[in-house]
Amino acid sequence: MWQWFHKLGSPKWFFGIATRFMPWLLAGGLLLLAAGLVWGLAFAPKDYLQGNSYRIIFIHVPSAFLAQSIYISMAVAAVVTLVWRMKLADVFVKAIAPVGLIFTFLSLFTGAVWGKPTWGTWWVWDARLTSMLILLFLYGGVIALDRAINDEKSAARAVAVLVLVGVVNIPIIKYSVDWWNTLHQPATFKLTEKPSMPMEMWVPLLLSVLGLYLLFGWLACIRMKTEILIREQRTRWVKDMVLAGRK
Amino acid sequence: MNSSAHPLIKPVEQGVGPLSAMVAVFARDVRVAFRQRQDLLNPLLFFVMVVTLFPLGVSPEIGFLKQSGAGILWVAALLSVLLSLDHLFRHDFDDGTLEQLVLQPQPLFLLILAKTLAHWMLTGLPLVVLTPVLGVMVHLDGNSVAILCLTLLIGTPVLSLIGSIGAALTLGLRSAGVLLSLLIIPLYIPVLIFGTGTVAAAAEGAPVAGYLALMGAFLVLALTLAPFASAAALRISMSNS
Repeated sequence: MWQWFHKLGSPKWFFGIATRFMPWLLAGGLLLLAAGLVWGLAFAPKDYLQGNSYRIIFIHVPSAFLAQSIYISMAVAAVVTLVWRMKLADVFVKAIAPVGLIFTFLSLFTGAVWGKPTWGTWWVWDARLTSMLILLFLYGGVIALDRAINDEKSAARAVAVLVLVGVVNIPIIKYSVDWWNTLHQPATFKLTEKPSMPMEMWVPLLLSVLGLYLLFGWLACIRMKTEILIREQRTRWVKDMVLAGRK
Repeated sequence: MNSSAHPLIKPVEQGVGPLSAMVAVFARDVRVAFRQRQDLLNPLLFFVMVVTLFPLGVSPEIGFLKQSGAGILWVAALLSVLLSLDHLFRHDFDDGTLEQLVLQPQPLFLLILAKTLAHWMLTGLPLVVLTPVLGVMVHLDGNSVAILCLTLLIGTPVLSLIGSIGAALTLGLRSAGVLLSLLIIPLYIPVLIFGTGTVAAAAEGAPVAGYLALMGAFLVLALTLAPFASAAALRISMSNS
């Protein structure tokens, strides 16, 4: 266990592992996402109230899931950065923050597109929309702070502090905004209850969520590898690898 | 005791308790602030000007002002605290005082807490004092003004405390001002929601004790956690420069 933990600290080791896992992540992600989307968009039954327009849920819910879990995973990595000063953790935070921003934007955008036919308006100042918008601001702040500090180490640790402050605030923001205004439907997935939607809709949704997670893993690997190459460009193993012509 | 090096800091030596160190830092910050009175006045002027913009820009009708007055005052107070945050560490950072503060044997978070409390007393508190005047100008009734003052009294220290984290993180960076706002405004939103919500509830005749208790909870949470985060951020920024 601890040896594994130490290895995680080595960018070189991670580079090798990531290269080996990436095809699997990509294949699995594409397969699941394609299955989920084709099933969901073409074969799942129509909603009796919303007709076909509900089908955007198969994109909307997975992106919203990722938008939130990416921030949580960044917070975990931030703790690792501050406590153990592990290089890979801040490579991770730096690499995935823009991805989180994109997914947050995607979930807001698809939500707006979905809101137009169902609620009759692109945007409402509803609790969950607003808290997603605030999440978008938090991502923006993290990225801006990272760009503003030139020194790599200081940037990583400052960003880690900011991410942690943000993660303490996320539940507070969520509850305060909930209390403030609510129109959005309740959460789609609940672990403890039976799903409120029929199985033919629920299973493809689950597939596309899992597929997008795997694809995100693939994307994170690519971005982390790039970041590692930039940071380690002066080290022996990178030079050897480039000279050997391997990717 | 060698006090000739820096006339405003009494050297805090080994053996001085954390509490007296806090008092020393607090007193020193207040004294420095009163020697540059214009800096004290600027956030207040800004507060008044922002409030003035709303009747001019949106509508001077009594109905509109009555309904949104509390929100306008809260947003203006929030912005003026945000604007003053840059001063929290900047001068001390420039003249090297902050470095000495970091090197003190007393826990850094306590000293920062003292600095933040001084900052609140010099910016947040005057805003609260000024609020009744502006409240009358936006046609709030007496009860609403009282509740508004109370929410600002509980809320502005939270703003200063959260803001101290942002000020510490952006210390010494280019375009720190805008960056500071970007980092801090999302974190201010809960305080704003509950601050204005309390006044709205009071206007409808609903009981406000629950809202005030929640704001008090924010204050306690910020008081206990924010100084640690700012201390960590400050150490990072200091090692950066």
